[in-house]
Formats: sequence, structure tokens, C-alpha cells
Amino acid sequence: MTLPENLSRRAMFVKLGILFNGIIAALLAIPILRYVLSPVARARKAGYETWLPLGSLDQFPAGQTRLGTFRNPDVQPWDGKTAYSDCWVRRIDEHTFQVFAINCMHLGCPVRWFPQSGLFMCPCHGGVYYEDGARASGPPERGLFEYAYKIEEGKLYIKAGELPTPVSPSKPSALVDISGKQPCA
Amino acid sequence: MRLIRQIGEWLDGRLQLAATLRETAEHPVPSETASWFYVFGSAALVVFMMQIITGILLAVIYVPSAGEAWNSLQTLNHSIALGWYIRALHGWGSNFMVAIVLIHMVQVFLFGAFKYPRELTWIVGIFLLLLTLGMAFSGQVLRFDQDAFWGIGIGASIASRVPIVGPSVVNLLLGGPIIAGSTLSRFFALHVFVIPGMLIAFIGLHLLMVLKLGINEWPMPGRIIRKSTYIKEYHELTKKDGIPFVPGAVYKDIFFAGCVLLTLAIVAAYFGPYGPSGRPDPTIIQTAPRPDYFFLWLYALLSLLPPQMETPVLLIGPVIAILFLLLLPFLFGEGEKSWRRRPIALLTILLVAVVLGTFTDLAGHAPWSPVMDAWSGDPIPQQFLQNRSALERQGALIFQLKQCHNCHALGDEGGKRGPALDNVALLLTPDQLIRQVIQGGGNMPAYGKNLSPPETTALVAFLKTLHPAGQPPARDASRTIAAEPVANPPTSTDR
Repeated sequence: MTLPENLSRRAMFVKLGILFNGIIAALLAIPILRYVLSPVARARKAGYETWLPLGSLDQFPAGQTRLGTFRNPDVQPWDGKTAYSDCWVRRIDEHTFQVFAINCMHLGCPVRWFPQSGLFMCPCHGGVYYEDGARASGPPERGLFEYAYKIEEGKLYIKAGELPTPVSPSKPSALVDISGKQPCA
Repeated sequence: MRLIRQIGEWLDGRLQLAATLRETAEHPVPSETASWFYVFGSAALVVFMMQIITGILLAVIYVPSAGEAWNSLQTLNHSIALGWYIRALHGWGSNFMVAIVLIHMVQVFLFGAFKYPRELTWIVGIFLLLLTLGMAFSGQVLRFDQDAFWGIGIGASIASRVPIVGPSVVNLLLGGPIIAGSTLSRFFALHVFVIPGMLIAFIGLHLLMVLKLGINEWPMPGRIIRKSTYIKEYHELTKKDGIPFVPGAVYKDIFFAGCVLLTLAIVAAYFGPYGPSGRPDPTIIQTAPRPDYFFLWLYALLSLLPPQMETPVLLIGPVIAILFLLLLPFLFGEGEKSWRRRPIALLTILLVAVVLGTFTDLAGHAPWSPVMDAWSGDPIPQQFLQNRSALERQGALIFQLKQCHNCHALGDEGGKRGPALDNVALLLTPDQLIRQVIQGGGNMPAYGKNLSPPETTALVAFLKTLHPAGQPPARDASRTIAAEPVANPPTSTDR
């Protein structure tokens, strides 16, 4: 049988030792967490804040909807083709455009444009959108995501760089019909 | 021989493991548990070991970079000797593992093995199931092809719907604002380090508990489990009726594991590796991503749920299901073990199996997806065009040109998103057809803006011919009455 005071002294050292390690662990947790959370806490420059060129205006004839390709702003050298994204560019008239995300607002599959019927159709679960991006039918609960655009020196630019998801706020002026009602035909 | 014995003794003098190992191997198990029903757990373990081996072999070549992963898979498939076979073993091994884990779980559930005192074994088992599914999904991502690329997009779209933190979760999942190199790198870390590490740790716990608590005895109908008496009864059973695990029961495990491995080897050789499908190039949009086999039911569910129910079901459903599985041993920890006396348990399993099986089967032909090239690829069957007027045939052309065929089938050709139109003239009068085409509704887009009046007339003229011979098309009875005083009532409702 050891002396009780001796025991408590050792027990205290054990506790102090654990406390010491706990403090170090807490300190180390700060850089580790910061590292793990870096995709969330990154500088906001990526998001929808950068103007990205889609090419010259004459690639997009008025009255038509064409595929545009842009390079994302926040990329790594090893991203390969995934650094690029597509979008649907609808040129309404000389100066009015609508630029839609390729992603269906149901679960993100790439929608395809059918000029004959004037519809975007999604191959996954059958979401359909009208030419102005409004929801026509199927499981999506909203219209296509719309990028902000500007025209400068004969070139079309959009603000992009983030994967559009069903909750991404679309451009305020976009003709988005979240109620799912059909516009008057 | 003497030398081997000496080396063995020398080693055991230092390791001191032989006695423990012998005791573990020869621990008594109830003699009825030396059964072919008790082999699935060990088979899952053997397939997992196989996955570790083939996984390491693949990691020797695979490049976890968004730009190069797909190319490295092509190299594995075509340039490295039998690289394709190792990929096939790993891909099919994944299917085998999920299947065996599910069978093991069903067996354990039906045999009441989750009941006292094996609650924690069951709970650890639930985590093992989730980790296995996590391996299956992250493995699909590492096969960085079109399906993988858009598959992560689907995962991100689901994650984005989590209230408040959704967008942050998406960024965390993708490792950045878009699906790119960082996404693949973090799924690589998950698939190769994090989840396997957790699997190994949890398998260790699972096995330890199986050894410490003893294998579940064969459930006899009428043998009621009570916390107060169970452990004593179990020990009496193993004492009275026990046989040593090795060799009494283990030979069945060994044979079954061998059969599983042999089947895996044959299946992998016969069917070959999975993909990779097209290049993960986001600018190639001619793609219809499909999940791997064990997630097909989810794909079906996401298509068939009413839109407004989707988010709640997606976010709350899994939580409830997992909570229920975790709480199961506490809710039903005592009582009957035999499935013969647990009709609700048996019916639950049947119901879940039928539901998952139906969904998986449906996802195989995905009737909810429009057939994107039906308008240009699937001609209208002849019988719908014979003896038709010029206007009606023009309508058939409009039907193709406006992509109606992508969603509507004729003679079983074309999409099944909307109803088949073979008999549509029996169901809708010409006026109703015009209204439906122009205004849409009932999950059909409105075509008013994209059909000129002559096109609409032609299309409806064609649709009016779609009825079986001998059955008159639907007509508006009120018209006939209204037209009665007229000498020659209109025979047709053409306008």
C-alpha cells in the first residue's frame, strides 16, 4: 500500500499532464480546423464575383440559344478539363441576353436545349424549362439559374465561378418562377 | 519440422500470443450455429480484405488528379498487364461487399441477434453498413468519369438543400466552389485513408464483441430472451451443447468465403471493369449520368417523389431510418428471437426488399427520363402513318420535330415520361387535345409559343387518328346536341 499523499501527488501529475496535452491539442486544432474549413472560409473572390469572358458577341446570333464555355476563376493547374464549365447563352436581341447555368435546378444534371420546341430538357429526371429559363414541368422547383452578364468591347462577360445549386440565388432580374405555375401561353 | 517448431516456440516466447489465439479459436459456440446461415459476416470480412489488396494494387498506378485520373484508368485498362482485371476485381468486389453486408444484416435481424446483450454489436454494424456505402460512393467518384462528375453534382445539389449551412456543406464537400481537382483529392483521401481506417477500427470492435459476447445462438421459437437470465442461459447452452469454433464451425465460413472469392474472380473476368465512361469534361453535356447499382433505388426515388416532398424526404428520411436502426435493439431488446414468431419483422424485411427491388428495377429503364434523341432517332411506327391524310402526316412530322416523342411513346417507341399516346384520341376530344398542347399542364410544358396555328392544327389532326380501329374517338357530346337542328351535322370536329 502506497502512501495516500504520494498517490494523490502522482494522480495530480497525471491530471496536469492530460491538461497540458489538452491545451496543446486545442491549440493545434485551430490550424487544423482552419485548414479543413478553407473551402468554406475562402476569400469571396471566387463565388459569383469575377467577370469571365464567354467570347465575342457574334458567336451568339440574336434570337438563338447557344452553348458558351468559360474558364472558372478559382482553379488549380491539375484540374484538367474540369476547370471549364458550360452555360446556355440566349440572345434575345442586340443588347439583351440571358445566360443560364447548364445545371438542372433539380439535382444538377446538364440540361440540353431543343430549339425546335424551345425547351431545355434534363436527361436525368425529366425537368423541362422554357426558353426564358422558367420551369415548365418535371421535378425542379424553380427555373434555371441565371448568371449576371455584361457586354464590353463587343464581348460577353458573365459573373460565375461557383457550382449553381437549387438554393443558389438567381440574378434578381431573372424570370424565375418558383411557384411552378405556367406562364400564360 | 523440429526447426519450425523451435522458431515457433522462440517467437511465442516473445509474443506470448499462442495461448490467447488458441483459446479464441477454440472458444465454444452453440453447435446449431455451425450453420450455413452464419457465414455472411466472415465472407464480408474476406471480401473487404480483397478490396484492400486490390485497392492498394490500383493505387500503385492511379493518379488522383482531376486532369489525369481518367487517363490513368485508361492506362490501367489497356496498357498495364491485367490492370483491367484488378480494376474489375475491385469494382465487382465493391458490389459483392455491399450485397454481402446487406445479406448479413438481414440474417442478423431475422435471427434476433441484435437483442440483448448484442445491442452494441448491432450499432457498430450499422456504422459498418454506412461506411461500406460511403466506400461504394467515394469509389464511384474516384472512377473520375462523366457519371462520377455529374454524380458529385447530384450529391452537392442534395447537400445544398440543408437549411442554413447547405451552401457551406457544398463547398466543404467539393473542396472549393466547383467540382474539380480538389474535389477528387478529398474523395481520394476519404476512400483511401479515412473510411478504410474507420472500417478497420469498427470491424475490430465488431469482432471483439462477437468473441466476448459469443455468437448468437440459433433462435428457437418460444425461447424468450430476458435480460435477467439470458447470459446464464447462454453459458449453459455453450457448456452443454458447445463445440469449438475451430474446427467445428469455421470450415463452413472457409468454404463459403472461398466460393464468394471464386464467384468474384469469375464475374470480374467475365464482365470486366466498370468504365470509365466518358471523360470528366463539363463541356460535354451529351450525358445522362446514372449511379452505380446500389444507389439506383435512390435515383428512382428522386424521380418519383412529388417535388414538394423531395427536400424533406431527402433530409429527414435518412435521419429517421438511421435513428430507427440504431434504436432497434433498445426498442426490441428482449422477447422472441425467431423470425417464425416475429411476423412484423419478417414483413418489414419483405416490404423493404420489394420496395428497393422495385425502385432498382425501375431505375434500370428510367421511364421518367425523356429519351433525348427519340425525336430524331425513333421513327413513328408505320401503323400510325398508313392511310393518313397529308395533314395528318404533317402532324406526325410536327410530333417528331417538336420533340413530343422524347416524352410520349407511340407503339412502345420513345420516351415514357408522359403517357403513351397510342390511344389518346379515345381519351381527349379534339378541343381538349388543342388545350393540352397549347397550355400544357399535368406535368407537360405549354407549347403555345412554339407552335404556329397551322402546326397545332396538323398535330391535333394526327393525334385524332390515334385510336384503335373500330373504336370511335372521344367527342364532345354537347356539340352534337347543339348541332342537332342543322340538317347536316358536322361529322368532324375540325376547325
